[in-house]
Amino acid sequence: MLQTLSGPCFVASLLIFFVGLLGRAVWYVRGLDWRLERVAYGYHKDRSIPGAINSIAKWLLPGGTAGWRAQPVAMLAFFLLHFGAVLIPLFLLGHTVLLEQTTGICLPSLPPNVADILCIASLSGIALLVLRRLFSPTLRQLNTWKDWFVLLLTFLPFFTGLMAKFDVNAYDTWILLHVITGELFLVLAPFTKLAHIVLFFMSRAQLGMDYAIKRGGRARGGSFPW
Amino acid sequence: MSQILCSPAPLTTKEAIHELLADKGGAEYYKQMRQLKVNQDALAYDLQSTCKSRTRTWLNICAHCGMCADSCFFYKTNNNDPKQIPSYKIQSTLGELLRRNGRVDAEFMMHCMDVAWGQCTCCNRCGMYCPHGIDTGVMFSYLRGILFKQGFTPWEMKIGSGMHRVYGAQMDVTEEDWVDTCEWMCDENSEEWPGLEIPVEKVGADVMYICNAREPKHYPEDLAQAAILFHVTGTNWTVPRVGWENTSLTMFAGDFEGCAMNLKRIYDAVERLKPKVVVGTECGHAHRATVVEGPYWAGRESGDPPVPFMHYVEWVAHVLRTGKLKINPEKKLKMPCTLQDACNYVRNDGLGRYTREIMSYIAEDFREMDPHNEHNFCCGGGGGMNGIGRYRKERNVGLKNKLDQIRATGAEMVVTPCHNCWDAIRDMMEVYDEHNIKWSFLKPLLINMMEIPPNIEHVES
Repeated sequence: MLQTLSGPCFVASLLIFFVGLLGRAVWYVRGLDWRLERVAYGYHKDRSIPGAINSIAKWLLPGGTAGWRAQPVAMLAFFLLHFGAVLIPLFLLGHTVLLEQTTGICLPSLPPNVADILCIASLSGIALLVLRRLFSPTLRQLNTWKDWFVLLLTFLPFFTGLMAKFDVNAYDTWILLHVITGELFLVLAPFTKLAHIVLFFMSRAQLGMDYAIKRGGRARGGSFPW
Repeated sequence: MSQILCSPAPLTTKEAIHELLADKGGAEYYKQMRQLKVNQDALAYDLQSTCKSRTRTWLNICAHCGMCADSCFFYKTNNNDPKQIPSYKIQSTLGELLRRNGRVDAEFMMHCMDVAWGQCTCCNRCGMYCPHGIDTGVMFSYLRGILFKQGFTPWEMKIGSGMHRVYGAQMDVTEEDWVDTCEWMCDENSEEWPGLEIPVEKVGADVMYICNAREPKHYPEDLAQAAILFHVTGTNWTVPRVGWENTSLTMFAGDFEGCAMNLKRIYDAVERLKPKVVVGTECGHAHRATVVEGPYWAGRESGDPPVPFMHYVEWVAHVLRTGKLKINPEKKLKMPCTLQDACNYVRNDGLGRYTREIMSYIAEDFREMDPHNEHNFCCGGGGGMNGIGRYRKERNVGLKNKLDQIRATGAEMVVTPCHNCWDAIRDMMEVYDEHNIKWSFLKPLLINMMEIPPNIEHVES
């Protein structure tokens, strides 16, 4: 069973993940409309490209924007979660081996202890997000079962993966659960809010271009002060 | 009253405007709105054809992280009411409308109206604080357009849109009234300023000046002050006979067809008079509607207006910088001063550098609000909020945020180069009994402190 799951099923979920997310990105770009949004996407490239890059880069930097600086707890939770969430799936030794075996793609891998630290950091980030959601009336009003489901979907691969490493006696069970939950994440990502994996970049780029092309890029002579 | 006052059709005749104006406060209008039938098929079609990937993605990927909450002054001034979180406000209105694909009733549409106009001024501040770059103000502006087409628009906004369509101005100022006011202001001031002119419809002037209908209608001295400043700076200027009004209650109303009509009048005047530059008065949304959004409504692919357009603050900074307008150092503002950044041309057009440049010339003790510039808070009356009686209570609660900001600077004067901000600041001083803080447009301040060049004749009045 594990062989099937980590063989053809793994490749299939990777395909769904990449094709699905690519599809959403293409759908996003094709759906942009300069008349409706009132943004001259095809003009002022000297301003729009730096504007898009700046809008993404500043938000990828902890403390890079007034928004992050105003909410240090949220910032801490998000970055703790996302460092691991980006690096571990791609560069954990077990993952790179599996990827090479199934697809022939070879990626460098993280030293195991670094990966462990990142994983624990991500789980701490998730724990912080949970606490924030539970104790903030603002977030209680906003969050629905879908938001909790997405958080659970993110939590499970980290948790099961870590348990597989440390609960050696039950390794087979944990690794099976890890593969299942990991693939579930991959398969559902394009169809849930997890699609922000790619749409974050699209949306940020769009707003960066909007400000650079139309809303003050000319007068500011530089990027928007996020 | 038996006539139909509330319908999806825009007002296009003087009679229709007067009938609606006669319905004091829109009592009958809102009563009829409750009975209005939602054209669900048309609504679904509009949503399908105009709500595209950007907006749908914004609504879909919103992580409900709540980072937008504190960025909204309505949330802050309503004791952190979760129902005032920008994300909640848009998800429970436009989000719900899309989920139901337009299968909604009048009650729901009125709820959308109350949120779109009564809980959001489209200041776009929340968009700056969202990690995903979700601009809720933009979405509320879009929602206003959807609501307008179905007839769910606040009474004053419906009248405002009609005024623009019928009079080409937000108020009933006819072409004749406008030209008469120009002549009157010229006559009134030419004794003090011999040679003062308000040249109407002059072809080939360097500057074409456009303004807010409130100025000729209620504050004609503002027009006179503009003329004096052009006169003193030796500016070769003119005003158009038609297309002189740059405000857009149509934009606030969500009447985007009406917005395009306004634009056509102004851009036609540019075509006719061929000025080098167009200068617009001290109004925020007028600049947004004419210069920032306007080119798109006029169908201009580059997003640029046909000739350079300047907000008044850009022009003032220019004449101060080039020495065409000189300030008498003795007459600079001595009291502590602060500056209100209008969302529509500071956050949304980057002109904060010019207002600060002006302050460096005119004020000795300038104090920034916190936050300021692009991160400023709305005055509390933007987006049409000042003018809507139905949301007066909500507006007055929101005004407290700006008042607190102003008080924290210790300023005794708020320089306010925007009509909406000016109104909101005037009203907050009254509502919260604050009598020690003054507020002013730039024009009267500049006239009081400028040095009159030797070539300009001035007879002290």
